[in-house]
Amino acid sequence: MTEELQQILTPEGELAGEPPLGMEETRGLYRAMVAARLFDRKATALQKQGRLATYAPFEGQEAAQVGSAAALRTDDWMVATYRDAAAMWLHGYPWKLLLLWRSGDERGNCPPEEVNVLPPSITVGAHMLHAVGLAWSARLQGGDRVAVTYFGDGATSEGDFHEAMNFAGVYRLPVVFMCQNNQYAISLRRDRQTAAATIAGKADGYGFPGVLVDGNDLFAVFRATAEAVERARSGGGPTLVEALTYRLGPHTTSDDPGRYRPADEESEWKPRDPIERVRCYLANRDGWTEEWQRAIEAEEIAEIEAAVAEAEALPPLRPQEIFEAMFAEMTPQLREQRGELLDASGHVPVES
Amino acid sequence: MPVLNMAQAINQALDQALAEDPRVMVLGEDVGRTGGVFRVTDGLQQRYGEERVVDTPVSESGIVGAALGLALGGMRPVAEMQFMGFSYPAFDQVISHVARIRHRSRHRFTASLVIRIPYGGGIGAAEHHSESAEAIYVHTPGLKVVVPGSPDDAKGLLRAAIEDPDPVVFLEPIRLYRSTKAEVAEERFTVPIGEARAAREGTDLTLVAWGAMLRETGEAADLLLDEGIDAEVLDLRTLVPLDVPALISSVQKTGRAVVVHEAPRTAGLAGEIVALIQERALYSLRAPVARVTGWDTVFPLKRSEHLYLPTAERIAAAARRVMET
Repeated sequence: MTEELQQILTPEGELAGEPPLGMEETRGLYRAMVAARLFDRKATALQKQGRLATYAPFEGQEAAQVGSAAALRTDDWMVATYRDAAAMWLHGYPWKLLLLWRSGDERGNCPPEEVNVLPPSITVGAHMLHAVGLAWSARLQGGDRVAVTYFGDGATSEGDFHEAMNFAGVYRLPVVFMCQNNQYAISLRRDRQTAAATIAGKADGYGFPGVLVDGNDLFAVFRATAEAVERARSGGGPTLVEALTYRLGPHTTSDDPGRYRPADEESEWKPRDPIERVRCYLANRDGWTEEWQRAIEAEEIAEIEAAVAEAEALPPLRPQEIFEAMFAEMTPQLREQRGELLDASGHVPVES
Repeated sequence: MPVLNMAQAINQALDQALAEDPRVMVLGEDVGRTGGVFRVTDGLQQRYGEERVVDTPVSESGIVGAALGLALGGMRPVAEMQFMGFSYPAFDQVISHVARIRHRSRHRFTASLVIRIPYGGGIGAAEHHSESAEAIYVHTPGLKVVVPGSPDDAKGLLRAAIEDPDPVVFLEPIRLYRSTKAEVAEERFTVPIGEARAAREGTDLTLVAWGAMLRETGEAADLLLDEGIDAEVLDLRTLVPLDVPALISSVQKTGRAVVVHEAPRTAGLAGEIVALIQERALYSLRAPVARVTGWDTVFPLKRSEHLYLPTAERIAAAARRVMET
């Protein structure tokens, strides 16, 4: 089957439907997309300077992440991946922690209590089941919280995609499956990932709706996610949203897309930039000026720089701390191994 | 005290946990309507409803992955894998997620859940229904691994596992579900995770075993006693964290040991136990430590499984060799 592509804002910034957001909300989300891109570029630069380990850029996917995350309530669960920093940040996960994790520090995976976001998943697909379980627990506890899980086109080939979609369908759980189809899973093109005409169409096999949206269209992504969230919250069960987008950068900072995709493909997607089209839309309605752009960029950069400084100022974990988060109470074996490490590295063993 | 078999004791532990803690739920294949393929969860869905005793799709990774999400959301799920041989599709969830979430999030997110897995051979079951893969779970940092060998331990250890703040893999010896009966206290009680117990005291050598092998090991101890050899049988009960002091003090007392398991020999848990004895009790030993294990073969089908499983006679023969040195 083929889903019809939903689009509200064309690449030229023209309306092709009713906008789901007012001017002030649109300006707010525009600013969030600008901030996300600044963060993405900063993180890429930090990696090149050796200040972060591998980084997975999301440039080009800002509308898919910001537009969807904006449709959530703060107490809704988000279970996302290593390429979803923009969505996680908009849902409350601090830049500082995202950087800290990327620098190779587990404390970056420890968001504040009130932030309902799991640490980003590195394995592909398995995390979707955790969103299913979180949504299930929310329903058992009698609330109306929902869970949204982010994944890419590659994850739809994993067994856990099937198991998660199947569980969600059978129990009609309040989950939103948010697929950012960015056309590539590292080097593999979308048409080699699945023979299905669309990913959205796969929802059919699980007995719930699938929706195909222009993932570079902030309005279309927001509306589709908001409808899916509303369906989940009101007991209508899960939805699969496929946001068609494009990863303008490499898979990670260790990857060279020139080895697997033609350069003119990237130039084809550049004019469909998710940020530029909202800028045009706002500018045409007196909602954007160059002065405002400079002002928001300066403020967002200052916040990101402060996050970098804070993350880098944190001293590394003490050697014994790697043993301290294995269990609620350390086992005798771990106490012994901790002592062994500290002896070997010239530290005084701590008392057990 | 009422006399229960192990299946009834486990059922009672689940029943009491469901009754007393609204966060507890049971999920797995066929656990509800039919009460599980071994009837261990018999009657629970009738008592607690389909929302708390959940028949799931045939989907092991789904069961464990969803159970992790449920635990992260504040529930206390008890997930069942129908047989150990069917638990392998869930390994990625167990190893990469359940076992890691506390460490990777520095205690921010924790997985208080139990994965019950019937394991082991000796009932003439079909292919893939007789596995003993405990070493793989033991080798995975972040899991506790518990194996009861008696009905009362099964009840008390399962309740302790359900109340534990960390993930517990709870291995249930299929062969003992109905073949072992014992007095089991009716009220709620726990048996602490991490403590071995002397199933039988002795002075001449230590037979180390757990789960289903306790039966053959006990029979071996009877044979040996007839020959004037007084064997101690140490039931480890918990494989992670292992009760090393109990192991070492028993071996120091007897000076001789045989380690028994039905899992394959190479890289089996006996190797780890022998290494611990070597590190900590070498100078108490009067003979090399022996292993009696399953072979490094695929678990054979019904007509040959008696060739695979350690028998009382094999254990006794190993003990005699150890005594002769």
